[in-house]
Amino acid sequence: MRARTPYKVFRVVALVVVVLALLAPLAWMVAASLKTNVDIYNPDKAVFFSPTWDNYAKVLQQANYVQFIVNSLWVAFAATALSLLLGVPAAYSMSRFSMGRSALVVLMARVIPAVSLLVPWYYVFSNLKMVGGFTVLILSHMFVSLPLIVYIMMGYFDGLPIELEESAMVDGLTPIGAFRRITLPLSTPGIATAGILSFIFSWNNFMFALVLSSAHTKTLPVAIFDFVGYASIDWGGLMAASTVVTLPIMLIALFAQKYVVSGLTAGATKG
Amino acid sequence: MAVTTTTPSTAGKTSLTTSASTPGWARWANRHRKWLFASPAMVFVAVLIIFPVAWTLYLSLTNAEGSVRAESEFVGFANYLDVLSDTERFWPAVLRTVVFTGGVLAAEIVLGMAIALLLWRPFKGEKWVRVAILLPLVATPVAVGMMWRLIFDPNIGMANRVLGWVGLGPWPWLAGEHSALPTTMLIDVWQWTPMIVLILLAGLTSLSDEPQEAALIDGASAWQRFRHVTLPLLMPTLVVAVLLRGIDALKTFDILYATKGKGGGSFHEVETLNVYAYGLSFDYNEYGVSSTVLIIFFLIIIGSMWAVTSRRKDAA
Repeated sequence: MRARTPYKVFRVVALVVVVLALLAPLAWMVAASLKTNVDIYNPDKAVFFSPTWDNYAKVLQQANYVQFIVNSLWVAFAATALSLLLGVPAAYSMSRFSMGRSALVVLMARVIPAVSLLVPWYYVFSNLKMVGGFTVLILSHMFVSLPLIVYIMMGYFDGLPIELEESAMVDGLTPIGAFRRITLPLSTPGIATAGILSFIFSWNNFMFALVLSSAHTKTLPVAIFDFVGYASIDWGGLMAASTVVTLPIMLIALFAQKYVVSGLTAGATKG
Repeated sequence: MAVTTTTPSTAGKTSLTTSASTPGWARWANRHRKWLFASPAMVFVAVLIIFPVAWTLYLSLTNAEGSVRAESEFVGFANYLDVLSDTERFWPAVLRTVVFTGGVLAAEIVLGMAIALLLWRPFKGEKWVRVAILLPLVATPVAVGMMWRLIFDPNIGMANRVLGWVGLGPWPWLAGEHSALPTTMLIDVWQWTPMIVLILLAGLTSLSDEPQEAALIDGASAWQRFRHVTLPLLMPTLVVAVLLRGIDALKTFDILYATKGKGGGSFHEVETLNVYAYGLSFDYNEYGVSSTVLIIFFLIIIGSMWAVTSRRKDAA
């Protein structure tokens, strides 16, 4: 279908407006992170200013952000790895044996308000002297990652023809052998999608760490939130800290765009 | 959602191919692989859900407060009566939750549909537009909240400067008693409209061209083709988008807490049910009342999901 010229012009203008509306705030955040606090208060320095790395130096050295970056990375990697370990075989079973109702149990985790889980968790884990440790943080983040992974991988296994496994079994592989040697290697794109999505959601998670972390296990989103606990806000530092937490995720989105999009839209078109 | 290609009979038959030379435990594992694979994940989720939900139900019937270890008394449905007759905090929070969720959903669906239609047919530079759409979506919500706090700052923020250029403002944005909630809704629309765009775009690209072409030959206008061809075909995808986004919008916490802090601000101006329940639990330690609010909140979520999915069956 050929579009008419007025529509073509309208479309270009509309798309430019959309892209600007989405990107300008992010650009503003990064720009402010490179300004001195005096320049942030000066309207004449909105676009043209002499950039400085001082805010980043301050945040990374004084505010101990390196520790928080390591914490965030460790929690996100561990939660993702363990969730894949539990979630991929579960999704395989649920897809191959049509376990719709069992899948619903796992997906319930997406629906329940997290606050209602946090009070009992807090009670139990504080009795076990685990609150503030990494184990409980990783477990809580798995609670977000696991349903996501099961949901994405079920859709992926549904689309993988069973005939490949059947012919492998005719050739003498056991069913589990066929899963391990045929299905799993074929599922690499699906596993990558699920893993990347799980990492992003864990990295961005705020509420679990807000309640369950301590000074030495704090993740980046909580560290940023703590930044504004005082009377006046250090905008330059705050924007540098915000950029530090968002930039890695945006780079992942940039380089793994295909996987991120297919994960976010998983299951949407099958109804 | 689960469209499976296997029937139980083929699954049973395949396990017979296990040869006699495999050891006993391996044969056992292969025969029971269905539950062997599925149960660890299910047990993990069930233990972390069932116990807390039962506990929350129990707490909602007690006057637990102060510390989770403190003695508490069984008070029956007193909390429910208190909460349901509380017009100072509870009902305004319900209203805000409904306004927030309804408002952002409507705006995100309309904008998302418009942007998805703009992106539908291939064009030059498509890849870059798609990256731009992805970035707000994956950005850390707390950082997004902080970013908008600077932009909406009444004195130094860019938002009022832009309003000044066109002769408007200044507006208090997040700082105003009545403007805070609409402003947080604006932030939510900025961050999550891309989600709707991506889902609808996936739906649009999976549609076949023939109905469109037939309508074009019949002389249908662009609006008629959208209204009577594209929209009905896209309905199932749209319902999924509303369902996924709706659940998350009801539970919005990060942006609200990051921009307004405890209690949804000094006038509770952005205090939705989720923020209220969080505050009761972790800022004020009112576990009994908080559990009551959470049970009611949970019922509201389930109720709205049920309403959307039953409409989906009507539409199908």
